[in-house]
Amino acid sequence: MPEFKKPNALTDVPFHYCPGCTHGIVHRLVAEVIDEMGIEGETIGVCPVGCSVMAYDYFSCDMIEAAHGRAPAVATGVKRGNPDKFVFTYQGDGDLAAIGTAETVHAATRGENITVIFINNTTYGMTGGQMAPTTLPGQVTQTTPYGRNPDVEGFPVRVCEMVSTLSGVALAERVTVTDPANIRKAKAAIRKGFEFQKNKQGFSLIEVLSTCPTNWGLSPVEAIKWLKDNMVPYYPLGVFKEGAIR
Amino acid sequence: MTTETIFAGFGGQGILFAGKLLAYLGLYQDKQVSWLPSYGPEMRGGTANCTVCVSDQPIGSPYVTDPDILVAMNGPSYDKFIEAVKPGGIAIIDSTLVTEECSRTDIRSFRIPSTALAAENGLPGMANIILVGKLLKETGFAVLEAVRPVLEKIIPPKKANLIDANMKALAIGMAL
Amino acid sequence: MERNLMKGNEALAEAAIRAGCKCFFGYPITPQTEISAYMAKRMPKVGGVFLQAESEIAAINMVYGCASSGVRCMTSSSSPGISLKSEGVSYMAGSDLPCVIVNVMRGGPGLGGIQPSQSDYWQATRALGHGDFQILVFAPSTVQEMADLMGRAFDEADKYRMPAMILADGLLGQMMEPVTFKVDEIQHHDASEKPWATNGHGNKRRHNIVNSLYLQAEELERLNFERFERYETVKKELHEAELYKTEDADIVVAAYGSVARLAKAAVDRAREAGIKAGLVRPVTLWPFPVQEVREACRNAKRVLCVEMSMGQMIDDVKLALDCRIPVEFYGRTGGVVPKPTAIFEQIKLLSEKEAE
Repeated sequence: MPEFKKPNALTDVPFHYCPGCTHGIVHRLVAEVIDEMGIEGETIGVCPVGCSVMAYDYFSCDMIEAAHGRAPAVATGVKRGNPDKFVFTYQGDGDLAAIGTAETVHAATRGENITVIFINNTTYGMTGGQMAPTTLPGQVTQTTPYGRNPDVEGFPVRVCEMVSTLSGVALAERVTVTDPANIRKAKAAIRKGFEFQKNKQGFSLIEVLSTCPTNWGLSPVEAIKWLKDNMVPYYPLGVFKEGAIR
Repeated sequence: MTTETIFAGFGGQGILFAGKLLAYLGLYQDKQVSWLPSYGPEMRGGTANCTVCVSDQPIGSPYVTDPDILVAMNGPSYDKFIEAVKPGGIAIIDSTLVTEECSRTDIRSFRIPSTALAAENGLPGMANIILVGKLLKETGFAVLEAVRPVLEKIIPPKKANLIDANMKALAIGMAL
Repeated sequence: MERNLMKGNEALAEAAIRAGCKCFFGYPITPQTEISAYMAKRMPKVGGVFLQAESEIAAINMVYGCASSGVRCMTSSSSPGISLKSEGVSYMAGSDLPCVIVNVMRGGPGLGGIQPSQSDYWQATRALGHGDFQILVFAPSTVQEMADLMGRAFDEADKYRMPAMILADGLLGQMMEPVTFKVDEIQHHDASEKPWATNGHGNKRRHNIVNSLYLQAEELERLNFERFERYETVKKELHEAELYKTEDADIVVAAYGSVARLAKAAVDRAREAGIKAGLVRPVTLWPFPVQEVREACRNAKRVLCVEMSMGQMIDDVKLALDCRIPVEFYGRTGGVVPKPTAIFEQIKLLSEKEAE
């Protein structure tokens, strides 16, 4: 029986995430992949602005804290200067799909050999639950107190679908971490992303549907159910694009 | 001793190249030189001018308002700069395109139908170089054969066939 | 050594490559696009990287990432583009990262124009982004200096772990002059000189973190104090100005960059007219060469600050002189270049005022 322990690629610093938040699971999956590939010493991670802003304290590889939305550009700079190293970004929905849309789309279309871990929880968590680019129609947030009205606030962005149209993308896959089966699928997707990067085969983006019980005003269990009932129908799980671009 | 020259005309007449040729001639004579272009948003057909300073001393201002020499290749440029030429200076004018006679008597002015001459001699687009030839003759800045190595240096290898044409144009200008 | 006739923008780009710049991240904007074009041509041939970013913001953040990993890298732009980069510059300053940023200034504010200007002096020396910080600012005045200061900017940026800026203008960028490169070979610098770099710890050290986020006010204050102590060292060690005919000068002109050349011509003309004029030309704008300006104005009765702006460096000149000598201003703005004759007229005017 393998012993259950913290992956080496995570430090001993306790996570600051709220109870029931799925960031912790996703951090762990990324760290397990780094451990299994034996690449911690060759990996540089780039954190966003958002709830995972302090992920630089949690991963034990070299880490860079980027400005809001700029992680794919920062990762591009690291990777172009160090083409044989592994570079990943870890970004939320506001960071990746609102303020950083241009950086995301252009890193993807350039086929940068980087792996983007995209946490979609339909909300700006750190600032207290405002509307995100992925907030669902009708969803109540601090800045959509009457529910997101597409006539006023527009429609949510489906990131995997969008980037899957770009030729530089080797992997665009949407997963979730609501239960062990899905967690295993999520880890496999993250591994695929790093493998594409290892072989210099293009840009990989793994979108992880995640919970924010605190800002959703739900218990952790209710949050999982809400995700399955509301997010999965709007953001279907699965592979949107897969295949080496070079 | 600093000689300041303004080349002016339309974009596409080779104004900037004519200036570069003079600057390189200075460079290869171990002089101090500067070449300053006007730059604008138009990629084609706008007005173009450049200022070339050649000196034995480090060049102070590369920006010149009263040149010793003016090479004018169109009416607007002629109008803009002719009054600015220093007394005792030189104006070399493409008379194919500048119809107005030069009224200044305190400078040496030369009206050369260079655009027509270029066309007659099968040297399209080389009116500028004919005028440079005249400039070299009137200033004694360089003899014809001294220009060839400079042309070889500044004309890219894939356009090497243009060197002879440039030499021919210079010779026409110098013979006038 | 060979004298090359090059545009300022090209000389600067070549000098950067020779100084060991491995990666260039740019975005097209007049009047500095020749830098990108030159890099696009040369970088692949010397094993470097040229990348045209999707925006100025992306370009500076690529520099941020690349510099974090310990690689010599740079970006260049012109005024409106520099405003966009200010976010990234602030992050780099807050993370103590070295890099070089080139600003080939054009007229502003707003979209402004594309003709030469010096109206970003305040931005460069006071506020290139939010927060308490400074960057090194070098102001070349010839094409040769565009090349010389480029290599120096990289060295000083590395030495003090600060972003450095070459503050040029459209005139310097576009003009050609002979330039001789001080180094024939491309210098190599690698991240081993930078123990703080995030280039993969190789299981040999604890992880490095490049970061400017400090949620504890006292910790952030402590880091800012430390950074400003370093700035004091920089101020002591790095200040430079050219003094021209200032020993006996009654009227000293203060000007930098391309305008200093125009001013020099005016000073010569004033001397011919029997006016004791001189010129002080700051080469470093931050740190401002306070001692040199004082020295230049030792015997001056009046100082004339000449700029291609509405008057931005003049504050530093007054501060350097503790306002003991009257400092007057002459400037053109919006892309209009002051004529040497007009500067001479101003010198003459001051000289007459003084005689009264």
